[in-house]
Amino acid sequence: MLSRCAIAAMALALLLPASTSAETQGNHAPEIKSQSWSFAPPFGTYDRAQLKRGFQVYKSICANCHSMRLLSYRNLGEPGGPEFSEKAVETIASQVQITDGPNEKGEMFQRPGRPSDRFRSPFANDQLARAANQGALPPDLSVMAKARPGGPDYIYALLTGYQPVPEGFQLAPGMHYNTAFPGHQIAMPPLLQDGAVKYSDGTAPTLDNYARDVAAFLMWAAEPKLEERHKTGARVMIFLLVFAVIMYLAKRSVWARLHHRDASHTA
Amino acid sequence: MAHPSSYQPKSGFERWLDARLPLLRMMHDQFLVFPTPRNLNYWWTFGGILTFMLAAQIATGVVLAMHYIPSEAHAFDSVEKIMRDVNWGWLLRYSHAVGASMFFLAVYIHTFRGLYYGSYKAPREVLWILGVLILLLMIATAFMGYSLPWGQMSFWAVTVITNLFSSLDMVIPGLGTTLVEWIWGGFAVGEPTLNRLYSLHYLFPFIIAGVVVLHIWALHIPGSNNPTGIEVKTAKDTVPFHPYYTIKDGFALVLFIMLFAGFVFYAPNFLGHPDNYIPANPLQTPPHIVPEWYFLPFYAILRAIPNKLLGVIALVSSIGILFFVPWLDTSRVRSTRYRPVYKWFFWAFVLTCIALGYLGSQPPEGWYLTFGRIFTFYYFAFFLLVMPVVGKLERPRPLPGSITESVLGPEPARAPPKSTSSRRVREEVA
Amino acid sequence: MTTHETPFDRTVHSDDEPTRRDVVLIAASGFAAVGAAAALWPLLDQMNPDASTLSLATTEVDISHIEAGQAITVMWRGKPIFIRHRTGQEIAKAKDVALNDLIDPLARNANLPENAPATDANRAAPEREPWLVMIGICTHLGCIPKGQAVGDYRGEYGGWFCPCHGSQYDTAGRVRIGPAPQNLAIPPYAFESDTKIKIG
Repeated sequence: MLSRCAIAAMALALLLPASTSAETQGNHAPEIKSQSWSFAPPFGTYDRAQLKRGFQVYKSICANCHSMRLLSYRNLGEPGGPEFSEKAVETIASQVQITDGPNEKGEMFQRPGRPSDRFRSPFANDQLARAANQGALPPDLSVMAKARPGGPDYIYALLTGYQPVPEGFQLAPGMHYNTAFPGHQIAMPPLLQDGAVKYSDGTAPTLDNYARDVAAFLMWAAEPKLEERHKTGARVMIFLLVFAVIMYLAKRSVWARLHHRDASHTA
Repeated sequence: MAHPSSYQPKSGFERWLDARLPLLRMMHDQFLVFPTPRNLNYWWTFGGILTFMLAAQIATGVVLAMHYIPSEAHAFDSVEKIMRDVNWGWLLRYSHAVGASMFFLAVYIHTFRGLYYGSYKAPREVLWILGVLILLLMIATAFMGYSLPWGQMSFWAVTVITNLFSSLDMVIPGLGTTLVEWIWGGFAVGEPTLNRLYSLHYLFPFIIAGVVVLHIWALHIPGSNNPTGIEVKTAKDTVPFHPYYTIKDGFALVLFIMLFAGFVFYAPNFLGHPDNYIPANPLQTPPHIVPEWYFLPFYAILRAIPNKLLGVIALVSSIGILFFVPWLDTSRVRSTRYRPVYKWFFWAFVLTCIALGYLGSQPPEGWYLTFGRIFTFYYFAFFLLVMPVVGKLERPRPLPGSITESVLGPEPARAPPKSTSSRRVREEVA
Repeated sequence: MTTHETPFDRTVHSDDEPTRRDVVLIAASGFAAVGAAAALWPLLDQMNPDASTLSLATTEVDISHIEAGQAITVMWRGKPIFIRHRTGQEIAKAKDVALNDLIDPLARNANLPENAPATDANRAAPEREPWLVMIGICTHLGCIPKGQAVGDYRGEYGGWFCPCHGSQYDTAGRVRIGPAPQNLAIPPYAFESDTKIKIG
């Protein structure tokens, strides 16, 4: 006779591997290896130095094609992120020219960026972006770490997944072979190589580090409130745990009246 | 509901109000002293949990609506603004999104409880029907709500599901297309569609609240069912709702909130789909369109039938059939606890629903499709064959004489006082 | 047989239990109250200005093209800001007023202490007396006074005139005829250079 618990356990076992993502289809979606991230555990946090390096990689390499229009420069200085100083944020912002206007003459004009500005997009619109990239549109990276199964694991795998074309694989012109990208052909060239970016904090300038750092940065860009969420969560869970214990004791003590009555009546 | 009320107004104000609008009297009679079977188990706590979830979704929803912008150009960005800039926006958004899942988890458990214990049987048929109506309204509300972030899944889920109506073209040529374009407000899902989904999504929860009031009203006429399925016979069978069930419901609610909080704070996107973080693109269909987990069983049923119109009919019937359960089940015994044969079929049904859920997340091909069809068959067979036939043929186990007896054991004639936890059953006197 | 005809068993309400139950129940109620308050706070706080609104609290204005006798209006925190480049005549008229003649003797200048008097020096930009920077909202009921545009009627005192209820301001933006009770407010601002003002 199957107990309800056994059935529930079976049901759970059936459910757990079930994911609504493309990975479980058993089709060509490649396997993405799990990496270890400082922010992954329940009480994990971002590594500020890593986020600063990741931003540097984004700014020097990725930002030439990829926009991040949901972020503002001031986010770089807010708690829970790279936490650049106020001065550094103003400098970073002022180094870009932002289109503003129209002025009294009705013209748009360029002015140095301010912390309140959104990240400047490399292209004014999608069509320009495509025209500059052989018809391919470099996607916006603001929430990329949440928009792909595997998140930062996938981003790392993609950036380190460029390999020579295997025997017999038909690569379309202008494409590059990548082990992590679904279909294995990606329009983005492998711009990240060893030595592409010079880190100021002494971290080794390797592709592996660039990939990890920019993946972590993109995770922060997608989830800037992660640390606050983890911290608030800890307080809430502890509160609820204590509350649950108190409620259980309260329930027992209330129902004791009934059991007391029953005992006295059967006497 | 004309029965003597034991409410005594305690202050001048209470007397004044009671003479004009007996609200406090009603609260007292229906939610404080209301006689409730003493043997309700934890499966009965989900009604309270559902009421909390409705309130939580309305509260978080109303404040999210202060920041959300229902236009194609701004919807996605406005949700991200909530996540990044609005004070506590991330918490409100994640609570609302995870809350929808928790709402469905609770309603499915609540419904399965009703099925298992025969809570739909006379005189609670209308109570059950109102419940199914609430489920339908919840499904509609969740579907509309999911469209609002205007991600890839939002857009394509709306496209696929609204396109189902075009299957009516097979019945009356042109009818389906006219209906679909009326729903869309255009020739494809677009700006008008999003705006009206937002308007209705804001409206429906209040309709749900109204039906919930009717649901609780319909419950309070006969009173709650209980695990034995036999009616309350004497006052000893009951306890006042407060404090016994207020505290028990409260305890269960705290546990439920712990599960809720676990997801919100530590895995807020686990139940969702990454594709919905890609802004909607009408020119690019995602490789695999899947609904949220709570719709997967219905999705599996839809895709199990190779014909478009029949698939839609199967989908609608899979919920519609629930309305008829009080009349499909022919058993004279309410609670499955005393129905040894039916019990197996019931758990097979639960397994079927879970299996259909899994299959709904997989592409409808090969073994997935085959099993989808097998389980879809059992889903309908459970209602149309098992309930009528097993109810008639089965020999139920003997029922206890009363609720009190099921809890305390039979009245001791000579036996010494025992602890209260034994649950012996005695033969029913002919 | 329906339950509502049978009253519940009153013996269940026996009150001979010790205070331990009361402690647990008080603790439970306390936790519930704290939990409810904690859950309520985000629902209320989300209505406060969000981070992006707070970040737009500063605006920079280029004043290089404003000639003497001209004025511009810019937006800051959703409000109109009057920036006037006063002529010598306007300055002289403003200085030639005794504090006692003013309806409102206080400077209403966010860059100065609350009790600073409404002298022209306390109203105009420090070291740049031709420049007047004010919030262009009438202190009566919130209309935007006339006087910025070239053809506008400026009232008897040559400053600003509010068409809603007839309040009149002088060339230092001080109220001279009501019903407005206060001088036009001056926001926090600073000259970053001779040609740029930073407001907020």
